[in-house]
Amino acid sequence: MRTIEFTLNGERARVSVEPHETLLGVLRQKLAATEVKSGCERGDCGACAVVLNGKAINSCLALAVQAAGRSVVTVRGLGGADHPHPLQTAFIELGAAQCGICIPGMLVSLYAFLEAQPRATRQEVREAIGGNLCRCTGYHKIVDAAEAAARHLVSLEPRS
Amino acid sequence: MSKPGGHPPRFRIVGERAPRPDARDKVHGLLRYADDFALVGMLHAKVVRATRPSARLVKVDTRRAEAVPGVRCVMTAHDVPNNVLFSDVPGQTTAVGPLRARTQVLADDVVRYLGEAVALVAADTEEAAEAAVRLVAIEYEDLPGVFDPEAALSPDAPQIEPTGNVISRWKIRKGDVETGFREADVVVEETYRTPLVDHAFIEPEAGVGWLDENGVITLRVATQVIEHFRDVANVLGLPHSKVRIIAPYIGGGFGGKEDVTVEVFLGLLVWKTTRPVRLCYSREESILSPTKRHPFIMKYKHGAKRDGTLAALEVELISDAGGYAYLSPLTLLYGIVHAAGPYRIPHVKIDGVSVLTNNPPTSAFRGFGSAQPAFAYESQMDALARALGMDPLAFRERNFLHKGERLASGQELETAVLLAETTRRAWSALGPKRQPSGPGKRIGRGLASALTAYGRIVWLHDWSSAWVELQMDGTVLIRTGVPDIGGGQAASLVQITSELLGVAQEEIAVHIGDSALTPLAGTTTATRQLYMSGSAVHKAASELRATLVAQAAELLNVAPELVELADGIASVSGPAGKQVSFKELAAACARSHRPRSSFAIYQAPAGQVMDFETGQGKVFPDFTFGAQAVEVEVDEDTGEVEVLRLAACYDVGQAINRNSVEGQIEGGAAMGIGYALLEEDKVAAGITVTPNLMTYLIPTALDVPDVTTVILESGEGMGPWGARGIGEPAMVPTAPAIANAVFDAVGVRMTRLPITPERLWRAMHAAKVD
Repeated sequence: MRTIEFTLNGERARVSVEPHETLLGVLRQKLAATEVKSGCERGDCGACAVVLNGKAINSCLALAVQAAGRSVVTVRGLGGADHPHPLQTAFIELGAAQCGICIPGMLVSLYAFLEAQPRATRQEVREAIGGNLCRCTGYHKIVDAAEAAARHLVSLEPRS
Repeated sequence: MSKPGGHPPRFRIVGERAPRPDARDKVHGLLRYADDFALVGMLHAKVVRATRPSARLVKVDTRRAEAVPGVRCVMTAHDVPNNVLFSDVPGQTTAVGPLRARTQVLADDVVRYLGEAVALVAADTEEAAEAAVRLVAIEYEDLPGVFDPEAALSPDAPQIEPTGNVISRWKIRKGDVETGFREADVVVEETYRTPLVDHAFIEPEAGVGWLDENGVITLRVATQVIEHFRDVANVLGLPHSKVRIIAPYIGGGFGGKEDVTVEVFLGLLVWKTTRPVRLCYSREESILSPTKRHPFIMKYKHGAKRDGTLAALEVELISDAGGYAYLSPLTLLYGIVHAAGPYRIPHVKIDGVSVLTNNPPTSAFRGFGSAQPAFAYESQMDALARALGMDPLAFRERNFLHKGERLASGQELETAVLLAETTRRAWSALGPKRQPSGPGKRIGRGLASALTAYGRIVWLHDWSSAWVELQMDGTVLIRTGVPDIGGGQAASLVQITSELLGVAQEEIAVHIGDSALTPLAGTTTATRQLYMSGSAVHKAASELRATLVAQAAELLNVAPELVELADGIASVSGPAGKQVSFKELAAACARSHRPRSSFAIYQAPAGQVMDFETGQGKVFPDFTFGAQAVEVEVDEDTGEVEVLRLAACYDVGQAINRNSVEGQIEGGAAMGIGYALLEEDKVAAGITVTPNLMTYLIPTALDVPDVTTVILESGEGMGPWGARGIGEPAMVPTAPAIANAVFDAVGVRMTRLPITPERLWRAMHAAKVD
């Protein structure tokens, strides 16, 4: 057992972990971050995606110790109900969430992607969520919502 | 009882793209699904599963497992009070012989499929439970297995049930097919095969159970059917009132959480240990455990006259039930009633048989036995049109059933039948044809139309109930036992109530899915919730509305006809009218002893059991009609098929939430693309070789195009304001439309799903060699 520290959604997290424990397991079981979903535990579905130092990863394939000293962002770090991220607003308004179990992973993948590429094409948005499986929506409204959020984010950029 | 409805001149919120109340918690990660829940002292459970598809259990030795530190309980079949589960449809009131289907809770004596549950373990930690599972020593004596449904029909095959492998037969007889085929100028005969398919919801089967303060075994589980509390009670030998099931919002169902999954295992372990217990399947376990979509073998023979009218149809359906019946007999009934498609055919002979094998058990899956025959009959329509030199759309139009006409099973189509319109609209929505993206690429287009039942079989006497209440603060509460599996089941009820009471959605709370505290609403299956529970809520809210209007009229001293309810206020029509808030109205109701709440039961129109000899009779309350059209590009070198465009048109009667309707159609089409091109649970001699999402492929965002959806609203469905169900119908025409587009592109008729690159390449190659 070893104690690690990292930033979870902007706040300091301190937790004792075994070397073999996955980031997914520690987030869900030891840090009550149940917004991170577990769909396959082998990197196939993307439901457990989190943003680790700016990059979307499958937390089931990362060891908890790899998060030490780094920053982890889950869907709850994107913005709360009082100040939602434009992605979250667009997902609600455009009906992009059905059962919703893939949505936390979907949103953090899109969040990391739009941070890097706010002017992405529709096809690039589809590629960005190629590792996030959704069984309900057919992805159409998810891509619509991502585009709407991207437009909003671009409109907020300071003019150079 | 008449259906609720009538047409107000315009709607306030019905039909709008209203944001769903459940969406907020979903996008903020606040929603606690079945496995996002824990209790103090909770044990972790695991299931010990058979590693042989057909074997006798010589010995199940649990001693070493029990000795693992932290293990609190190991249970085998001998520890189960009543080790039998019946797959009857909840609410079933008519005893129908072939529908009685049994499974054992834990395998006793023999296992019939790989993955069958043999023992349960509960331990302080998940690791201890996993260690114990590995230490349960099972000694098997392999038995001969049967893995091919046609072989299983032979009397020489190993018999899985003492009564034989055939678990149900259904038939339809109309006219005389021999006469019909004599009159036919063209006959098209083909055998079609569909695969074993996994529901592949992203949330695996999961739940937490505990003993509550009243001694009631309470199970908070991912389920489409909270009425399984009865099954758990029957297994435990307890009164039904001693088991309660709560369904939180579910992470996808599609029929895979319709039969019992974790409920009974959790119930047994809570009963045995008196501790809270958690059980969540791994993905591999989810794929190995029941249930799946039935593979069908479908032998079709159609006859048509030179003028393009259908003359005769002969069909034989064989469904592989796997190791246990589950809902296979019912699924097959849906299969035979839908087998002729939405067409007028004078002479019809349909036979269906469902047979046990040692393959994974099959049961409910979106389409419920109607998706498989749609692949066959719509491929046949395409082949017939081409054989007659007719346009596939024109050929279909000539033969489509109209309102007032009857299915082969004799059921009259009593509501709008917009087959021609939905088909034409879907086809034209494809727009101009694309050019191939390069050499060796071929573009093709295909079409498919379908009818799909919604609502429960009429002789099962379906009903739903709901409670709507005005709170003292002027907000509104709905209670109904609906499990929400992601289709917006709860949101639609809020929207209906908002419309009728004139209260904003934000002012309405909805409590769903609790078998003890919400009025039972029946299962979230059979595309029935909007129809059934929508109607129950419509009725309850309408009754409450009448009370509030009467109370307001009294307070405002006007005739009730002059009272309007809007924005949480009752007012008198006209400029500068008097008004009273709902909060004041609630207090006034309390003073005048008027109920502030209304409980309503909606009973679906019931009917007599069909004639089993002829298959004639009314089976379903109503149908949803629709069509899909696709454009594909086929790579001649690799056999790869890419769906470039997909257009769908359905008559949904009345859209309640336009986003949710489109969402069902887009998601259904995506599932249909998976069915057509990707998905197959591969089973070799009873062993599933695709036990994860790396080998069992469902569509990604890169496999699905944008879907063009055209919504028609005839207003003639059976639900609120004439709504029809759309959940299941949305995936039914996709696979045949794609197969027909592949034929259009490369001239090869693919009769087996999925159309993988290898299968298509081989078929193209064989066609060239010929």
